[in-house]
Amino acid sequence: MADPADPKPAGDNRPALALHVPEPKFRPGDTADFSDIDIGQAGAQPRPDEATKPEDMKDLAYGLVRVLGEDNKAHGPWDPKLDPDTLRTMLGHMAMVRAFDERMFRGQRQGKTSFYMKCTGEEATSVAASMALASDDMVFPSYRQQGILIARGYPMIEMINQIYSNKGDKLKGRQLPIMYSSREHSFFTISGNLATQTPQAVGWAMASAIKGDSRIAATWVGEGSTAEGDFHSACTFAAVYNAPVILNVINNQWAISSFSGFAGAERTTFAARALGYGLAGLRVDGNDALACYAAQAWAANRARANAGPTLIEFFTYRAEGHSTSDDPSGYRSAQEREEWPLGDPVKRLKDHLIAIGEWDEDRQAAMDKECAEYVKATTKEAEKNGILGHGLHHPFHTMFEDVFEELPWHLEEQAEQATRERKIKWPDRHPKDFAGQ
Amino acid sequence: MSAQTDIASPQGESHAEERRLNMIEAINEALDVMLERDEDVIVMGEDVGYFGGVFRCTAGLQEKHGKTRVFDTPISECGIIGVAVGMGAYGLRPVPEIQFADYIYPGLDQLISEAARLRYRSATEYIAPLTVRSPFGGGIFGGQTHSQSPESLFTHVSGLKTVIPATPYDAKGLLISCIEDNDPVIFFEPKRIYNGPFSGFYDKPVEPWKKHKDSAVPEGYYTIPLGKARHVTEGEQVTMLAYGTMVHVAEAVCRDKGVEADILDLRTLVPLDIEAIEASVKKTGRCLIVHEATRTSGFGAELSALVTERCFYHLEAPVERVTGFDTPYPHSLEWAYFPGPVRIGEALDKILQD
Repeated sequence: MADPADPKPAGDNRPALALHVPEPKFRPGDTADFSDIDIGQAGAQPRPDEATKPEDMKDLAYGLVRVLGEDNKAHGPWDPKLDPDTLRTMLGHMAMVRAFDERMFRGQRQGKTSFYMKCTGEEATSVAASMALASDDMVFPSYRQQGILIARGYPMIEMINQIYSNKGDKLKGRQLPIMYSSREHSFFTISGNLATQTPQAVGWAMASAIKGDSRIAATWVGEGSTAEGDFHSACTFAAVYNAPVILNVINNQWAISSFSGFAGAERTTFAARALGYGLAGLRVDGNDALACYAAQAWAANRARANAGPTLIEFFTYRAEGHSTSDDPSGYRSAQEREEWPLGDPVKRLKDHLIAIGEWDEDRQAAMDKECAEYVKATTKEAEKNGILGHGLHHPFHTMFEDVFEELPWHLEEQAEQATRERKIKWPDRHPKDFAGQ
Repeated sequence: MSAQTDIASPQGESHAEERRLNMIEAINEALDVMLERDEDVIVMGEDVGYFGGVFRCTAGLQEKHGKTRVFDTPISECGIIGVAVGMGAYGLRPVPEIQFADYIYPGLDQLISEAARLRYRSATEYIAPLTVRSPFGGGIFGGQTHSQSPESLFTHVSGLKTVIPATPYDAKGLLISCIEDNDPVIFFEPKRIYNGPFSGFYDKPVEPWKKHKDSAVPEGYYTIPLGKARHVTEGEQVTMLAYGTMVHVAEAVCRDKGVEADILDLRTLVPLDIEAIEASVKKTGRCLIVHEATRTSGFGAELSALVTERCFYHLEAPVERVTGFDTPYPHSLEWAYFPGPVRIGEALDKILQD
């Protein structure tokens, strides 16, 4: 029994325990120095056969698969050997994503919507990875994979309508901006609750296998939310049923203001999580578009051959804030972005194309301009459908629809109330003004 | 184990081949019928495969329909519901079993934030046509983690339907309707009455289902629509609203006391058969609500509010609730906790005297 008068706890002849609370290496004002991160050499990692057992490729969960070297050339067995047209398409999608992010971020600052999230610095992890999948492979993204939609040719105006929650938004203004959904593009509806999509992707893949289908599933999740129980469930079910699924972990170092150490990065890599489950684990340079493509293609081949699921850690850096509601200067060093040892994925792919004589700075400048103009014109087109809070939203009754397949009596009664309130709040406006018709 | 028990009907007349099933057999048959009719139906859960479920509800189904249609899962309710949502997005119609309702909480995020919201948030692009089956309620000395009645957690969630059968006939017809429904449904099976209706007199011998008229279960496919209550008894003195095990306890208490009650078995809590409730309360002028779940914010509170809002000027006495106590379900004091004949009897005396 502890004596309340004695401040020393019971068993005081044992050493005192100490709680470790992780702390990032750099805070605002600090000089960022990433020289301790071992990025290895491009081309140095072996590329095993896709049917390799996870325990026979352990080192790939700790190293870093890289293809693009300091010389901007492709190196080693992971070089996917893509033709120049495909590389230019990839670069074009990545440039478009960046232009889109710039414009939408500005749109939020101009009050056209409530919220936006950029993926600056992480473009390759969605664009290049999804280009390695078949267009009808099902993707279960998190919230920073707009690159998948751009790469799959989803109409940009639909994305902007959704971000503006306007009358053109086919999700009827119900979802927070960027929570897209497109069944036509095999793109699952994005949830605001983190990591829930990971067991769902596994379930979809199990269903595909039950049916003897040939389509596989892939999911994206941030390193921070791998701490959720859902991710553990996803890994367990994927391993147990040998599900044809790819679990992509985007390790961008930051989960809002919490660095990756709060998800366990001080102790091991995220790719190494795979080994305990018996999943194949790959750790990849997420700023190297060719490595991203090659790793996803390897995992897709593996899944398609019933050889098993793969967990891929994309080691990258979130170059901007978490969202428009976040200010990273309050918690991390502003130097981190420029000091990041793996550079900028768009620049690295551009430099590669130039190095192999398939591109030049003028064409890049022209492409960047074209992207910016396309986004601007599409934005103007979308604005005809309204911007958030300017009346051009969906009719009130849509608020009550799709809760169930059929409207039950209690929702019908509540819908009548909403209509009554509308007439009191806005007596001069005709119902059609709300529908924007 | 045979899923059906053929016995002669009590009358021994033209219904000679009328089959009598207990609730477990009726549920097993509903799953069997739907696995047969619809190739997209999948049954999964802890111990449901080779073994056939801890309560035997899935006995024989894996052998008959195969390992990719009926299979065991890891002990992970989050994973079970999560993969079921993904399977539903693919186009399957999963029927996951959660071994006890008390175990369902790790799956709540997948139910509340995902299954219940898919149709709405994707504007019908994706739906979650799951039926989550789970035994619930006490009366079998299950202690606090095998006895709970968490239905009001689910009725509070927009986008979920909650269904609770009280007889073998209803269990089969309602379960088939749930599996065919395109919305996520929580199907709570009152485990105390799996093997026989329960009068609430725990010290009396258990009656088997075969003596109860609603154990006559037709073969093959039939449905009972969701959202429709069942009239258990007709009476003028008082309306009693109940579901699951408590339907039988309410009926037995009224029989013993000679009370002529209008007993409604709600069967579906969401969507609720408000018309049947209103009609009954307007007829009797008195309303007693009986459920086993804890009292505060229980579904009885919702029922009481609805009856008061809609039938106030027809009421001759305050609405009464008989419920479990607001404590964890105790093990040794189970029958002190259970809202049995004494608690219901007192409430009846009070509401009839007012």
